[in-house]
This record gives sequence, structure tokens and C-alpha cells, in this order.
Amino acid sequence: MFYAVLAVALLVLFGMYAFWRAGRLDRLHVRLETARAGLDAALVRRAAVALELAASRLLDPATSLLLATAAHEARTADNERREFAESDLSRALRAVVDQPGFRPGLGDRADALLDELETAAQKVAFARRFFNDAVATIRTARRRMMARALPLAGRAQLPEFFEIDDVPPAL
Amino acid sequence: MRIGIVCPYTWNVPGGVQQHISDLAEALITSGHEVSVITPADEDALLPHFAVSAGRAVPVPYNGSVARLSFGFLSASRVRRWIREGGFDVLHVHEPAAPSLGVLACWAADGPIVATFHASYEKSRVVAVTVPILQTALEKINARIAVSEAARKTLVEQFGGDAVLIPNGVATERYAMAEPLPGWPGRGDGGQARPGGGTLGFLGRMDEPRKGLQVLLRAFETLGRERPGLRLLLAGPGDADEILAKVSPELRDRVVFLGLVSDQDKVRAYHSVDVFVAPNLGGESFGIVLAEAMAAGAPILASDIEAFRRVLQDGRAGELFPVGDAGALARAAADLLDDPARRKQLSAEARAAVRAYDWSTVARDVVRVYETVLAERIGVVESSLGA
Repeated sequence: MFYAVLAVALLVLFGMYAFWRAGRLDRLHVRLETARAGLDAALVRRAAVALELAASRLLDPATSLLLATAAHEARTADNERREFAESDLSRALRAVVDQPGFRPGLGDRADALLDELETAAQKVAFARRFFNDAVATIRTARRRMMARALPLAGRAQLPEFFEIDDVPPAL
Repeated sequence: MRIGIVCPYTWNVPGGVQQHISDLAEALITSGHEVSVITPADEDALLPHFAVSAGRAVPVPYNGSVARLSFGFLSASRVRRWIREGGFDVLHVHEPAAPSLGVLACWAADGPIVATFHASYEKSRVVAVTVPILQTALEKINARIAVSEAARKTLVEQFGGDAVLIPNGVATERYAMAEPLPGWPGRGDGGQARPGGGTLGFLGRMDEPRKGLQVLLRAFETLGRERPGLRLLLAGPGDADEILAKVSPELRDRVVFLGLVSDQDKVRAYHSVDVFVAPNLGGESFGIVLAEAMAAGAPILASDIEAFRRVLQDGRAGELFPVGDAGALARAAADLLDDPARRKQLSAEARAAVRAYDWSTVARDVVRVYETVLAERIGVVESSLGA
């Protein structure tokens, strides 16, 4: 009798623990999806600002072409190519902005657009950190025994880090 | 944006975190945001209009010293009510790993949570015990900010993951104006030439070799002899007798020690010198002292370490000399002391350059973090469960 009660008690405790773990993983996945949405929004916005700058007639045609191409590539890349394309956009933006005398050469007509670009580029760097931070937390949690032994995380795949060169241009 | 900020330490006891939160809150309010800060505070404490008290903090031993923290059911329920009634778009928790209001707020809230980590320390055994307890709170944080590279390293080593770096700001307007200390002529308007006279200033730990005071003292051995009126003004903790022993006897009466100074006297000291010298040998990540001196408009002569080069814009906002080179320091200081126009120009350039480190810039970056986590605009609500 005693052992039966003990077994039931252990089973209940174990069940509660598993329930709690599942809730935690669920919360972590919500955080991950929020971070993913934030990162996606930041990347799309940066590409949009780069395109607008390219179309603004403020730049010379070669620079415009370079920016427009990089921004278009970044916006249309599939999942496999996206990290490369976004890194390329970062590098293109730096190559454009870091030209000697870039900002003085534009005068103050471009100020609003360049401020927007600076904001967008920094937000990409921020959002990527927060996203990778969420990925790291989930990967650690999922790697633990319990989560592996019990299929608590459902069929969600182990999330991948988003690795790009996101160093913003020096505006 | 409605921002709820959680301060873990007693408001009426001065500290770096409290100062940070106060400066940040003011900068956020100036740029048009609504801010409410919840903080432990003594009953008779005078709080700024944006702060509310979560009750008295209790002195407890924590992390090797006695800290004044808020914990327990009463604090928890006050935080819970503040969150429920606040209607915040984003919750900004400071030092969430401290056993105080920060961790309580993380438990009590759902929604966009940003956390700033201030402390940096070596990995201790205590952390291994606390991480499982903190886990739930820390995992709810959407965005993590570290105020220094050291704080970021600490956080990564302890809890894994990553954080963005947003350094502390400088409240530049607090340094802009001040009377020179009594007995010191000060720079006046860019400083008039006083043949053979003038003042060189230093601020920092005197017994810490990396702050480079010994380099300045070596330079003073030659400079002091060439210029019979030149004085050295030293501020910061350290043993005066020990330092004086390194100075030739005939020069000693022109070396003045202020010791550890109050914030007010520190500002006045910056305004008392003709040239502010930062002879550091390295190990600085930013150089807050340099930024303060710049905000005070002091002409600056600094060693050419990477952090200073960056803050001084490659020498535009202050002269640079080779690290540890007392001879070069003496020559550059002499040139500056003889050239009031150059000093005036450096002073203006420094005031302009330091704006990049003003709290308004920090607040702008922090708002960008808020906006990044606000993608879905749900706002902060009271957590339905305990966690």
C-alpha cells in the first residue's frame, strides 16, 4: 500500500514537473518568435531605407546601383542565402558611407534619410543579438535530458543562430 | 512610449546604478516619453517626480558586501500593482540578477522586458546556485543591455546568451559650468597666458600604475624646473606622502593633493586647470574621466591609447602623446601652456565631441532597443501565473 501511494505521489510530482517544463519551453518559443519578428522587421526596414537612398538621386549612379542591388538581394534572398545577402548589404552600406567626405558631400538634404539609415542599421545589430540570445536559451533548454526524453517541445526544430556581418556604417 | 523602469537599490543611497537610472529617466522624459521608476526608498526619502517607492530596503549581506535590497511578499505585491496599474509599453529592469525588485518585476510581468546589466565580477560559486532560481526571470527578458564590455563578459559567462553594449552616458551639462576651486585662477575664457605659470590637472586613482600618474610626475620634474609658477593639481584616492616622495623636494610645494573629492569639487577641479592630463597606460575601455573633463571644456592632453584616441576623435578634440613617454608629455604640455588660442580651440572641440557620449545619445540608443522588442505592440501586463 505504502509503495503504491509513493508511486502515485512520485508520478504526480513528475507530471507537475513535466508540465512546468513544457510551459517554460512554450514561453521560450514565444520569446523566440517575437525576437524573430523583430529581426525580420529590422532587416526589411534596413533594406527599404537602403533602396530609398539608392532611389533618392542624392548619390552618384554607380553608388545608387551598388546599394540598390545589395538591398534587392537582401530583400529577396531565400532562407539559405539570406545571411550572405544581409552581410553583403552591411558591407555595401559601409563601403558607400565610409567613402572620404561622404556626408559633407551630400549636404543636409540627405540628413533625414541618413539618420533613418543609422537607426535601421543599429536596430539590425540589436535585433540580431536579441534573436541569437533567445536561440541560445532555447538550445540550452532543449538539450537538457528531460526535454529530450519527453517530446515537450512538440515538433519544433532546434532553432538556428542568425550569423551575419551587421557592423553598422559609421554615420 | 510608456516606460516602466525598475531600480534594485535604495534611491537615497548614492550609487552608480541609481545615478544611471536617474540620468536615463530624465533623458527619456526630455525626449517626450512617459517614465515611471519603482525603487526601494526610505520613508522620508525625497523622490523625483517620476519615481515611486516600493518600500524600505533592508541591509543584507550580498555578494561580499552589505547591500540594501527590497524583497519579500510586500515588495512583490507592490511591484505587481505598479505593473498592473502602469500600463507600460515596455518594462526596463536594471540588474535583474540582484535579489531585489528587478527579479520580482520579471516574475510579475508578461510582455516586452528589457534588462540592463551593470555589475562585472569574476565567476563565483554562488552564481552556480542562483542561476536555476533566476532562470525563469532571466528567460522572460527580450533584450539584454550591458553597460560595459566587462559587464557583458560577466553576463555571458554566468548566464550564457548575449547582450548589446550601450555604455553609460555623461551628464555633460552637469560639468559645463563651475567656479574654479578657491586659490586657483582657473581658465577663465580659454585661459590667459600666465608666463611660467599655469596648472596641470590629473584625476584618478594615484596608486594604480595603469592610471599613469608616475608618467606625469616624471614630466613635471623637467616642466616644473622650466616653469617656476607651474602647479600640479591631483585629485583621486591615494597616499599623498607616498606620491610626494617621488617628487624632487624643491618641487613638492607646487604639487597639490585634493584626495577623494565630492562630485561638486570634481567639476570645480576640471575648471581649475589649464591642461587636463590623462597619462593612462592602458586598460581603459572608455575613459569616463576624460569625457567629464571634455564636458567641462578642459583642454586635454592624453596618452595615445585606443579608447582615448576614439573619444578624442584622433586628436581633434585633445592632444595625444605616445603612451608612457614623459618627455613627449612635457613638450606637448609646454606647447599647450604657451598657446592660449590652441587651448581655447581644444576646449571648444572637446565640448562638441563629448556630445556623442551625452545621456541624450544613450537614451536614443535605449529607445531603439525598446522599439526592437516592441514589434508586436502588446504592452506589459501582469503575469497570470507566478512565473
